[in-house]
Amino acid sequence: MSEKTKIIIVAAVLVALLAVTPFANSFVILLITQALIFAILAMSLDILLGFTGLPSLGQAAYLGVGAYLTAILATNYQFGLDGSFWVVIVLGMMLGAVTAAFFGLFAIRATGVYFLMITLALGQCVWGLAYRWNSLTGGDNGINMPGRPEFGIDLADDLTFFYVVFGFFVATLVVLHLLVKSPFGRSLVGIRESELRMRILGYNTWLHKYIAFIIAGGFGGLAGVLWAFLNGLVSPEDVILTTSVDALLMVVLGGPGTLVGATIGAGVVVFLREYLSTLVTWWQYVLGGVYVLTILYLPGGLMGIPERIRQRRTLSAAAERAKAVSASQ
Amino acid sequence: MLRKLITGRRRLFPLSAVALGISLASGPAVAAEELRIGFVAPMTGIFAQIGKDMSNGFQMYVDEVGGNFAGAKVTFILEDGQGKPPVNVRKAEKLVRQDKVHMFIGGLLASTGYALAPVSTRLKTVYISSIAAADDLTQREASKYPLVVRTGWTSSQPNHPFGAWACEQGYKKVVTVAADYAFGYETVGGFQKTFEDCGGKVIQKIWPPLGTKDFGPFIPTIKDSADAIFTLMVGPMSLQFPKQLAAAGIKKPVMGGGTSYDEFVLPSMGDEVVGHVSALQYSAALDTPKNKAFVKKYREKYGKVPSYYSESNYTTAQMIHEVMKKTGGKWPGAKKFVQLISEVQLDSVRGPVRLDDMRNPVHNIYIRKVEKKKMHGYDQEELWNTVIKTYPNVSQFWTYKKADFLKQPVYSRTFPPCKHCE
Amino acid sequence: MDTEFWVIQVFNGISYGALLFLLAGGLSLIFGVMRIVNLSHGSYFMLGGYVALTVIWTTDLWVLSIPLAALTIAMVGLIMERVFLRPLGFDPLRQVLMTVGFAFLFQQGALDIWGGDSLDITPPEVLTESVVIADVYFPLYRVFMIAVAVAIGVTIWLTMEKTRMGAMVRAAVDDSEMARGVGVDTSRVSMFIFALGAFLAALGGVIGGAFLGVYPGLDFEILPIAFAVVIIGGMGSLGGAAVGSLIVGLADNFGKALFPEISYFTLYAPMVLILALKPTGLFGRE
Repeated sequence: MSEKTKIIIVAAVLVALLAVTPFANSFVILLITQALIFAILAMSLDILLGFTGLPSLGQAAYLGVGAYLTAILATNYQFGLDGSFWVVIVLGMMLGAVTAAFFGLFAIRATGVYFLMITLALGQCVWGLAYRWNSLTGGDNGINMPGRPEFGIDLADDLTFFYVVFGFFVATLVVLHLLVKSPFGRSLVGIRESELRMRILGYNTWLHKYIAFIIAGGFGGLAGVLWAFLNGLVSPEDVILTTSVDALLMVVLGGPGTLVGATIGAGVVVFLREYLSTLVTWWQYVLGGVYVLTILYLPGGLMGIPERIRQRRTLSAAAERAKAVSASQ
Repeated sequence: MLRKLITGRRRLFPLSAVALGISLASGPAVAAEELRIGFVAPMTGIFAQIGKDMSNGFQMYVDEVGGNFAGAKVTFILEDGQGKPPVNVRKAEKLVRQDKVHMFIGGLLASTGYALAPVSTRLKTVYISSIAAADDLTQREASKYPLVVRTGWTSSQPNHPFGAWACEQGYKKVVTVAADYAFGYETVGGFQKTFEDCGGKVIQKIWPPLGTKDFGPFIPTIKDSADAIFTLMVGPMSLQFPKQLAAAGIKKPVMGGGTSYDEFVLPSMGDEVVGHVSALQYSAALDTPKNKAFVKKYREKYGKVPSYYSESNYTTAQMIHEVMKKTGGKWPGAKKFVQLISEVQLDSVRGPVRLDDMRNPVHNIYIRKVEKKKMHGYDQEELWNTVIKTYPNVSQFWTYKKADFLKQPVYSRTFPPCKHCE
Repeated sequence: MDTEFWVIQVFNGISYGALLFLLAGGLSLIFGVMRIVNLSHGSYFMLGGYVALTVIWTTDLWVLSIPLAALTIAMVGLIMERVFLRPLGFDPLRQVLMTVGFAFLFQQGALDIWGGDSLDITPPEVLTESVVIADVYFPLYRVFMIAVAVAIGVTIWLTMEKTRMGAMVRAAVDDSEMARGVGVDTSRVSMFIFALGAFLAALGGVIGGAFLGVYPGLDFEILPIAFAVVIIGGMGSLGGAAVGSLIVGLADNFGKALFPEISYFTLYAPMVLILALKPTGLFGRE
């Protein structure tokens, strides 16, 4: 499939989503909005994992700082509840980026499995602060948001808010797509494939990884701001290890290094956690099973399935040919 | 996947009811009205059993009346809040938006109560807090949440009389050891307030983080000069603290908030808790015919002694039934429902219950001592919370004037201040 | 704050550290040999406690519950390693996610089998008492925890140093490719180490069960602490795990006793500090 066809397919699916959502019930609209927000988080992680080869186990930290910033500004300073919403978006992205810039100093030095461990530790630090710094974060009570912003348009309306989040999602998708297609993005992929070679070629690989880490943090912060407004409650539970692990699963399940895959993964995981859990009490078996089966049978994620089918077809076609050849002999 | 999400909705819903073991009401064949009740309680995670106790209590009452509240067919929809406030919020959203429930009930931790109350205001739906005891829901913040009704209790409510009781025992100096979160502060605050009113002194407050199981760092700091210890533990914490206290050689009398010795943890406890005293609006060892029948029936049905988590939700169902009796099975609308339930006077399992004008129960508070004995005709020696004193009809304001009480800040880590801390 | 206070706090910190050593020692070994970040390690700890309870309920023998629970969970670990982790080859990310999946499965399974009650393991009467030395109470159970940790630590250390299997393990930790080159069966070493890790975690779960309780959610509660130990001590080093356990045990204990408000910080701050200075932990190697 050419690049162009792919883009057309994605655009068509997005338009369809936009057209169908208004007809869903308001709970499903919430879920779709939630899935889009987590898709932003998962895409930010895909920049690290899929394109740079850095598996971060602490991506929830950036969601957390964005969400807490939003909640603290809204409750203590009534800031961000009108047109200043846009300022909060920028501030949230900046805080996510700054946090990542700080954490990156520790994390980027490490590679592979050490990187996993260090990002896990850093994520836990953010959780520890959220949980225990009562005066700022409200401890385990968390912070209740006073409401959603209103500036001419009223975001308290769930459908309106969905459109806004949809806009942010598309913007993120486009920006990150352009990023990975840019020379910078290509050198990230180069680092993923062989950091040593890139270094020999004269690239400052540390700096490349560091910048990718910061960008991912920024978009994580964006997801956090939107999440705070969607859920209306910011709590340490948002920052726990499981959130980070879920984000990783979203990327791996969808197919790392594709951005679109991360989005599909986000949709599936949100559906399992939020919707399946309303249907059956044993949803954790399904969730656990999806983890295990994805790893065992979907090495390229869902996005890798067409490729695998094609491979199998080519293989079986080749086998047919071989058979035909041997028969004719 | 999206299509599935939307079109699959209707098809999946009845499936969910079956999967959750919800009885879709076996009432009269032609029930004109339907009462849709949503219930959020932890079904997985650390508080899974408490969640079961909660929903079992409610379910038992619904079953007793054949799923029929004065002509209204009760549809009970249970959601797993996983003991996490944000998940509770999303499940409540689901119950209101998708299942169109008339009310949602539940929430366990105080933090969950604070998380669910705004949902009630936002979605204009009645929320009945049957367990979550955060004081301010029915005190200083009650006006923010006009559709919130409490059928459980405020954290400080049983501890006001408890402080007075401690004075009567001749305790002069008390050290408090309580879980470091809102529920702990409000429990200790209520106790300290009345205990110091009658001349007692709280000389030290220790706050182990919520979820602490190793009390090693805290127990050695307990001051020797104290006459008694006041403690508030939750869930698995309750099991470890008394044990480690005994092992550290501390033999002072122990008083505790109700949850520290609830029937939920009591069966797993050892003899070291015998003699510990706690205060709550319910005890399974309450020696009334009503309670005896309740305990027997519950134990037969679910295989364990009911805890206050069960009783509170059983009584909640009963109160809703009372309202429906008045309306002839018709849903009166959220506002009217809140008004009607505030007028209910009930002789319930825990004793007489009615709501005050801030929509919090006025009920008896029982001072309970852990004893090993036979009870309710069971032939095994077990640990029971024997009632040793009853304070009748205690309101959340105790003997204080409501206006004065509301003027003081909510009980916290720093209020009442520890004037006598050494 | 007199001497008595410090003595008892140090003792408490060490005994907590001893429990952490049982928990984290295996995690560290698994990491050292297989480079696997095992997120189901907390599940082994919890399942160990549950299996022990079942043994105690059926046989009434606490002593029997320790080896039985540890061996059962070792088998679980062994099967997980052989059937699910081994086929993945060396791929840290997918191994992590695989172990997370299992952690969820174990959590739900435990809830369905043992219910959601908070349970407690009651050790024999003797161990619930305390020794009193100069007016200071030393709970015997804490002494017992220290003794077990020391005994296990010494046994493993001797095994590593003196036996052929130990030599193979050390070779695999140092450089598994080289080890394979000189004829070490690294696949068997991995299997052995993974089972041993699960064994130790479950052992910790049984012994910790009388001290922390056994309840749903224990798995994910204990896991980050185990990682703190391993990250501080250095991954793949037994000595590091021992030192890490002591540091975390003492830091946690003194943090809670002296600065309760920021107690989680006193746990994670040293971790970040050490990572900043030495990303592989105190005793870890690149």
